[in-house]
Parts: sequence; C-alpha cells; structure tokens
Amino acid sequence: MSRRGRLAVFSVAGLGLAVLLVAAFLDARPFGTAFHPLGDASVRASLLERATANTVASITFDQRGLDTMGEEFILFAAVLGAAVLLRRDREEREAAAPDERREGRGQVGHMPEVIRLAGYLVLPFVVVVGIYVVAHGHLTPGGGFQGGVILATGLHLVYLAGDYPALRWLQTNRIFEVSEAAGAAGYVLLGLAGLAATGAFLYNVMPYGQLGQLASAGTVPLLNAAVGIEVGSGVVLLLAEFLEQTLVLREPGGNRRAGAGG
Amino acid sequence: MSVLVAVALVLTAVGGTAVVLTREPVHQAIVLSVFGLLLAILFVVLQAPDVALSQLVIGAAVLPLMVLLAIAKVRRGERG
Repeated sequence: MSRRGRLAVFSVAGLGLAVLLVAAFLDARPFGTAFHPLGDASVRASLLERATANTVASITFDQRGLDTMGEEFILFAAVLGAAVLLRRDREEREAAAPDERREGRGQVGHMPEVIRLAGYLVLPFVVVVGIYVVAHGHLTPGGGFQGGVILATGLHLVYLAGDYPALRWLQTNRIFEVSEAAGAAGYVLLGLAGLAATGAFLYNVMPYGQLGQLASAGTVPLLNAAVGIEVGSGVVLLLAEFLEQTLVLREPGGNRRAGAGG
Repeated sequence: MSVLVAVALVLTAVGGTAVVLTREPVHQAIVLSVFGLLLAILFVVLQAPDVALSQLVIGAAVLPLMVLLAIAKVRRGERG
C-alpha cells in the first residue's frame, strides 16, 4: 500500500478511535470522586467475609479466581510459544568450546569486578524479597505474579555476576520446566478441590482465619504460591531462550567469537 | 484531580512520546525502560500498588531486557 493510502486508512481509524474515546469518557463517571459502588462491595466482601487484607488479592484469587487462571495460562502458552519458536535449529550449533566454563569466563572477562560483587551481594536479598512478596500477597501489595517475576529476575543476577555457565546449568537442567508445569497444575488442582468439596470450581474451601494473619484468606496464599512458582519458572524459561539465542547459538557460517550480548 | 496525578500523567505522556520518537532500537529499549518506571509511578499515585509492582518488574526490567537480547541476536546475525 502506498504511503498516502496508509495515511488515509490510519486517519479514518485514528479519527474513529478518538471520537469513540471522547464519547466514552464524556459518559464515564467523574474522575477521582468518592462514589465507587462496585469497589465498596468488593472491599466489604474481602475484609468482612473473606478475611483478606489485600482486597486486590481477594478479587483476583477469590472473587474472580477463574479470570486469574486464564491469565496464568496466557503466560504459560506464551512461554511455550517462545520456546517452540526459538528452538534450536538443525543448522545452529553451540559456539562454546567443550570446556564451557572457561569459555564462559572469557565471555565476561570485561565485566567490572564491582558489578560481579554487587550481583552476588544483592542476589540473596532479591530472593528474600521475592519470596516475601509471594507469601504476603494476601496481606500487602504484590502476590504470585509480582513475586515470581522478582525471583526470576533475581536469578539473572547470577549472569550479571559473570557466571553464565551456572545460570545455563540451572536453565538446561529442566528444573524450571517441571516447576512451571507444577505451578500451573497446582492452580487447577486447587480449583478442582473446590469443585469436589462444594460443586463450584475454585471455591475457597480453606478456613478464612483471622484478618491480617499470615495464615488467612483461605486458598488465596496457596493460589499465590502456585502462580509464583509458575510465573517465576516461566520468566526464567523465557529469558533462557533469549539468552541461549544471543550467547550460545551461532548461525552456520557466523563468526565464532563469543561476545556478551546486550 | 490532584497536582500529583496531573504531573504523573504528563510525565507518562512525555515518556510514551519519547519512546515513539526514539528511532535507534537500543536507545529505544532504554527509553522504554524509563517509560515503564514512569507508568509504575502513575499507578502508585493512583493508589494501585499491586499493578505498579507488576508494571515495575515487567515494563521496566524484563521487557527492555528481552528487546535488548533480540537486538543483540539480530545484529550479530547481520555481522556474521
């Protein structure tokens, strides 16, 4: 399509979107007022009936748990798709020498020592923060998704610290493939437990306990843990595919010298 | 609308425009990361800390990293 043709099509679409958006916003409730009937109902259900201090977690994992399961499997499918797309081609081969460790050290030789030290120093704190965010998802902001991604990015501090072979060993060891599947299955199994006990999928079958306690909100912390494991493993696998493509695999006829990516 | 919300909204709009106007892919990934941070600040100002945390870890960290890795792969393919 010519430049003018594209511009014409875009103008029609852009103008239509603008008109519809303005019309929708004119009809919306005023911004920043205190009138939130749906919000009030959700907060009441979460705090008074379900003993879940973090109302958002109550909505995503208890009041609308099925939606969250759909989101979890969107990520699952996306990671699967990326793994299939970025699978090792028959023509591609590893650039690393048989003694992978030494080769790996050579790749990151220019990494300043202070960054490597910072990577190792920060790693334990990031892991603790990640676990905390997952475990307290029903009490404070955060939850399985946020904590899972923090854990996954924390693991990549190992790469920043210059030990890519160690990270690669973790990635190729199939630990994360198993744990990702286990996390996804755990969510469904908790849903099935609700179905078996009450006849409603994902029904909160655990006792709610006392508001604000670590062991409260029924199945919400368990669902958070399942999502944390699934998301953390999924992000690790996703980044592993990209890192492998960038750092390890070489196209046939490509240059053999390994260079650190990014 | 408070001044804080207005400032955060304007910063987010400026950040988004900066991402579009940056033409060099590597620079764009960095600007995208800054934009992710600005968007997270907007979510905090709008009292949505859960979403802000998600936006921070994905938009400011994982997404720019994936873009950078993809660029590194494509560029080496061109050189080799």
